[in-house]
Amino acid sequence: MQLTRRGLMIGSAAAAVVAPAFRFDQAFAGTDKLTIAYHVSLPSFDPTTGPSAVNPTIQSIYQSVFDLFIDQAPDLAQAPGIIEKWGYSDDKSQIWMQVRKGVVWHDGSPLTPEDVVWSLERAGNKDSGNPIQFIWSKASNFKIDGQKVTADMKEYEPTYFKWMSFLTGYILPKAYYTKVGAEGFEAKPVGSGPYMVDQFDRNAFLRLKANPNYWKGKPAIDTVIFKFVTDASSRVAEIESGSSDVTLEIPYEEFDRLKGKAGLQGITTPISDIGMIFITDVEPMLDKNVRLALSMSIDKKAIVDQLLHGYGVPLNTLQAPQYSAYDASIVVPYDPKKAAELMAASGYSKDKPVKFRIQTTRGFKPKDYEMVQAIAGMWRKIGAEAEIEVYEIAKHYELRATHKLAPAAFYNWGNSIGDPSTSTGFSMFGLSPHCAWHGKDTQDMIGPLWGEKDEAKRIAGYKAVDKYIADNGEVIPLLQYVQPILFKDTVKVTPHVSGALLPGMMT
Amino acid sequence: MLVDRILSRLLQAIPTLAGVAVIVFVLVRVVPGNPIAMMLPPGATQADIERLKALYGFDKSIAEQFLIWTSHALFGDFGISISLRQSVMGLVFSKLPATLELVLLATMVAVSLGVSLAVVGTRFQSEWPEAVIDGLTGFVQSVPDFIWSLALILVLGVLFPVLPISGRSDPRIGLNYATPFQLTESLVRLDARAFFDIFRHMIMPALALALPFAAIVARVLKSSLAEEMTQDYVLLARVKGFSEWRVIVGEALRNAAIPTVILTGVQFTFLIGGTVLVERIFSYPGIGNLAIDAVLNRDLPLIQGLVLVFAVLFITINLLLDFATVALNPKLSHG
Repeated sequence: MQLTRRGLMIGSAAAAVVAPAFRFDQAFAGTDKLTIAYHVSLPSFDPTTGPSAVNPTIQSIYQSVFDLFIDQAPDLAQAPGIIEKWGYSDDKSQIWMQVRKGVVWHDGSPLTPEDVVWSLERAGNKDSGNPIQFIWSKASNFKIDGQKVTADMKEYEPTYFKWMSFLTGYILPKAYYTKVGAEGFEAKPVGSGPYMVDQFDRNAFLRLKANPNYWKGKPAIDTVIFKFVTDASSRVAEIESGSSDVTLEIPYEEFDRLKGKAGLQGITTPISDIGMIFITDVEPMLDKNVRLALSMSIDKKAIVDQLLHGYGVPLNTLQAPQYSAYDASIVVPYDPKKAAELMAASGYSKDKPVKFRIQTTRGFKPKDYEMVQAIAGMWRKIGAEAEIEVYEIAKHYELRATHKLAPAAFYNWGNSIGDPSTSTGFSMFGLSPHCAWHGKDTQDMIGPLWGEKDEAKRIAGYKAVDKYIADNGEVIPLLQYVQPILFKDTVKVTPHVSGALLPGMMT
Repeated sequence: MLVDRILSRLLQAIPTLAGVAVIVFVLVRVVPGNPIAMMLPPGATQADIERLKALYGFDKSIAEQFLIWTSHALFGDFGISISLRQSVMGLVFSKLPATLELVLLATMVAVSLGVSLAVVGTRFQSEWPEAVIDGLTGFVQSVPDFIWSLALILVLGVLFPVLPISGRSDPRIGLNYATPFQLTESLVRLDARAFFDIFRHMIMPALALALPFAAIVARVLKSSLAEEMTQDYVLLARVKGFSEWRVIVGEALRNAAIPTVILTGVQFTFLIGGTVLVERIFSYPGIGNLAIDAVLNRDLPLIQGLVLVFAVLFITINLLLDFATVALNPKLSHG
């Protein structure tokens, strides 16, 4: 090929136009910017209303822009936040809260006790669309005295303050929200959290700027970008290529491959998310022998070691070790021999197996389908033939709410406040729409605990419920999930047991 | 005549759209998995369920819901997205341009590649280049676009990281666009940096969509060209001493193009629907990505809006295709 003068000039002109675009990555590289390849996109900015408000996976973003009423440490313990101190009156008929002074909203206006009261009253209003309205509505008749807020409890709710660190427990700016309305707030959200919204491109990215006036001090990283990369293999590519600084929720085998790669680090943390199998009170699960045999024949450790590469914590109850009602003494042994004997006692064997369906998602949680396949294989050895049905998570919710789940159904249950009412309580109380097992004994045991005023007695009560459930095989807890986080070695990441990936805690 | 034809086609579109609307409306409500069950709080009571149903209008019969929806839709109000809490049409029209730009780019790449391969294959008929092209197109066509997506990410995103893996533009740039047609707008504004940034983000998804499409174009066009090359006018051109390239490109290509034009139009409509997986893999913020979220969240108003917009696009493109075909071959206008 001959290089002509004309060709050279055209080539040079083209290069001059194109070159700045291709130098772009380097021009913007810097330690004051952090890009997170995030696994879900943000549907809505209001953290208190609609379906996204109860979506645990986007709380990282909400907690970056907004403040929870009460802060939550990485180990799930509550810590002073906008509400510095809190408590119940001696007779538990009232609550009180001390609101922190000197906090400002992103627009520079002061955060006041009026904002706290307005947020709580709005959350408790049944027309607000707050999914946790049933908790928030238990307090009313709010009064403000300086920085102190008091309210009456219509009925005692032991978890009222715990919910202040949980789903929908966020403070919103009364004056700003009232002025701009719901649509205006979606277009330009204002919070008091460590980061301010700079630009949002739906399904593409959210760019945040550090809040210089944050009450805990300005975050270490100036600009944080949540890049919404919903495909796991693309997230792996993002971190491997260096396009993103941090990512999470990637396949464990990829995590193992990349964590030792030069320039990358990986951490894993057991989080408040439990893999379990719902048992529905229909045939053949009405037979206690069958239920116990199914429970005892699952080698949870083998599942964790072989399918999840060791990233999981086998469980015997619906409480993870970080939860307040965790009881290590409750054990459902892995005993396939005993399981086979129980099946035989009910007339079932490998030659004459009991047949039923088990439902599961596929790809919704790490190795969900593969786990169920492995479990079905273990069950086959004791005389249980489980036909696997794959369904979407939306179908699971509907079937569960209408008590139409299959006799066994795989699911994961999150509980980032670690309270037993939000794990065993809601999932095993017969009158809850989320309960698959409607046993009266369990219902009668849980019922009085909802309003139990003695906290020690309440926790002990839930431990007793968990023991009863384990002894009767009314649910099969499998394991506590472990969250893998990969990041460049130039970043320091503090994991949170809730599973939230908080840039405010990164340096 | 032309106006009558257009009016006739538009009138035919009305029952089609009405049919699509009814089917989708009923279907999304009949299949298991409703949005209320997905947003139920842990402690929801039956009263809470009823309250949420009433809040979103699901407490009424499907017929009543349809009448309410239709009465609003006729005036352009397709409701509010349940999961995104914004106007359905606002959401769709904010994301549709991204998909249209991607599909247009993919189509341009596919047609350019496909036509080039077909012409070269015809020129070297019965020689080794034709065999190579046939083998190549067969292979490329048999690999689906999502596999191409992953392969491109691996090669051009990870092994030789020359192209961005996800998104439509670099989030670190603070650009404000007046329209959602970002690529077009940056070109019109002669903003080279923005244009190339967006363009770079589109290369891999566009290639993933274009490669199987290009293979189809190449095969169909090559077959048409082979037929045309046996015609008398081609022989005449050869007798006149035209080069083989000129015979193919200057004489035979136009006549052979009609099936390819029709195919391109049909594939273009399929491509709009087919962006779903590719957009997901590349986190490209178009309507494909929006559609997946809508389905996963059982966002019924958004699903309905998206399907109707897809239907309108299909009808419009088919209409344009009809006219393009007639323009290429006027004999067809006489029936």
